[in-house]
Amino acid sequence: MLKLENISKTFAPGTVNARVALNDVSLHLAPGEFVTVIGSNGAGKSTLLNIIAGTYRTDTGTVTLDGRNVTRLNDHQRARYIGRVFQNPGAGTAPHMSIEENLAMALERGQRRGLRRGVTKAKRERFATELKALEQGLDVRLKDWVSLLSGGQRQALSLLMATFSEPKILLLDEHTAALDPQRAALVTRLTTEVVERFGLTTLMVTHNMEQALRLGTRLVMMHDGRIILDLDKAQKERMTVKGLLAEFEKIKGMEMDDRTLLQ
Amino acid sequence: MVTAVELGLIYAVMAIGVYLTFRILDFPDLTVDGSFTTGAAVAAVGIINGMPPLLATVLAFFSGMVAGLVTGLLHTKGNINGLLAGILTQIGLYSINLRIMGKANLPLLRETTLISPLREAGLTGTWVSVGIFLSTAVAILLVVIWFLHTDVGLAMRATGDNPDMIRSFGVNTDNQKLLGLALSNGLVALSGALVAQFQGFADIGMGIGLIVAGLASVIIGQAVLGRSGIAIAASAAVVGSVMYRVVIQLALMAGLNPNDMKLISAVLVVLALVLPQWKGFARLGGAVRNRFTAVAESAAIDKEK
Repeated sequence: MLKLENISKTFAPGTVNARVALNDVSLHLAPGEFVTVIGSNGAGKSTLLNIIAGTYRTDTGTVTLDGRNVTRLNDHQRARYIGRVFQNPGAGTAPHMSIEENLAMALERGQRRGLRRGVTKAKRERFATELKALEQGLDVRLKDWVSLLSGGQRQALSLLMATFSEPKILLLDEHTAALDPQRAALVTRLTTEVVERFGLTTLMVTHNMEQALRLGTRLVMMHDGRIILDLDKAQKERMTVKGLLAEFEKIKGMEMDDRTLLQ
Repeated sequence: MVTAVELGLIYAVMAIGVYLTFRILDFPDLTVDGSFTTGAAVAAVGIINGMPPLLATVLAFFSGMVAGLVTGLLHTKGNINGLLAGILTQIGLYSINLRIMGKANLPLLRETTLISPLREAGLTGTWVSVGIFLSTAVAILLVVIWFLHTDVGLAMRATGDNPDMIRSFGVNTDNQKLLGLALSNGLVALSGALVAQFQGFADIGMGIGLIVAGLASVIIGQAVLGRSGIAIAASAAVVGSVMYRVVIQLALMAGLNPNDMKLISAVLVVLALVLPQWKGFARLGGAVRNRFTAVAESAAIDKEK
């Protein structure tokens, strides 16, 4: 479904501030796979997501989505394949537009937009049903501005908007990190429900190792712009947070040894 | 005073255009000063050369669209700051407008214009013509409100509200800005064409400082009507435009120097932008509202007695 081949990305190349964000990364996702991505700050997790979404262009390597090479497409041209939820609850919705208008825009994902009425009666009924499933009481607030919602409600709405038009890939960028534990738990539950319901191929970046182990069918650990650990479903089920930390230390240590040897 | 209301309603078309860029796209577009005159110039030259006035006015609308498109291309494809892009187009248009007109002032008094039937029937300056101009402004307003509720309209509003979000749903925000700027300046030029026909001449300087009048209309209107919802916020531009012209008229009647009008306009806009930020203002608004409710309540109590 998603194929990343030999992706490299350097920011500010050729300057003193040059920083290698991704170093020859390859990753294949089978349809329906739910991959959690962990790694320390600056490991390249967010860059990876932005490369897939088309926000950043690759320096080298190719991005293939559903058999189509999208390496040279802009973010809005790829949007028909990709649903995305950001870390900031405000990022995924238009604050000064109503809930139903936000949903109507999301429903038109990747379509040619014309001069038809944005919110029709039929759509409104569908939105109410979908919102009811979120259990946030939003189904009776269709005409409220999104800016009136709490962070958790907004993130739940963003999740619905990103998924209910059934994209090929769902990208989650630490989408529970800015929420309090209770809201985070709710959004996490909604995430698993929605991924299952639509059978979405999902890539989720998270800082929370426990969450990374509990969710999904595969786990990837990144460090210094490279994938240093890739656990399949069976391996992941046996893994613990302690085990992950130990793996991380071990691999980091080996790298050190390599460097020391080379010097 | 009736003339001020008439003018306010004709300039309201321009204010709706300014509303599209300033509020919907969040783009302070200074093209307006140039494109307004372009509309007046195109309509005047068309009419003088024997074109049917309606056709000349429609042509003016399209000339404004082109002007807006130039600003949009400078901004989106040339990566020029929005304010600067508008200024550049505006300055360039000054020369283009002179080229179109051939001289700095084109009188239209002897020509047949869209307004001349009204003038010949002696209806200008009466409430009949106010009614006609009002229906024109409302018709345009309704089209704009309808547009902003279509799929394209929603995408345009989101472009001003959260561009990253709407891009992630597959909308090219550059194209939305181009479309919005073109529509906006089309309306501005249409307003210019109507003003030229109303006052009986097109003048190279008629657009100078007009963006301030447009912003004043949008801001004053929204200070009065609020901006909850598109229909109200857009209508506020029309209401604000009439209020603005009436205030100017009152200032003139009070004996103020017409040359000071630009300064007064600028001060008006500053006040309308700054006052709502002041905490005391909100309290004052609350007090006024409370007094109204108190009066209403006591009236209700009186009734019961």
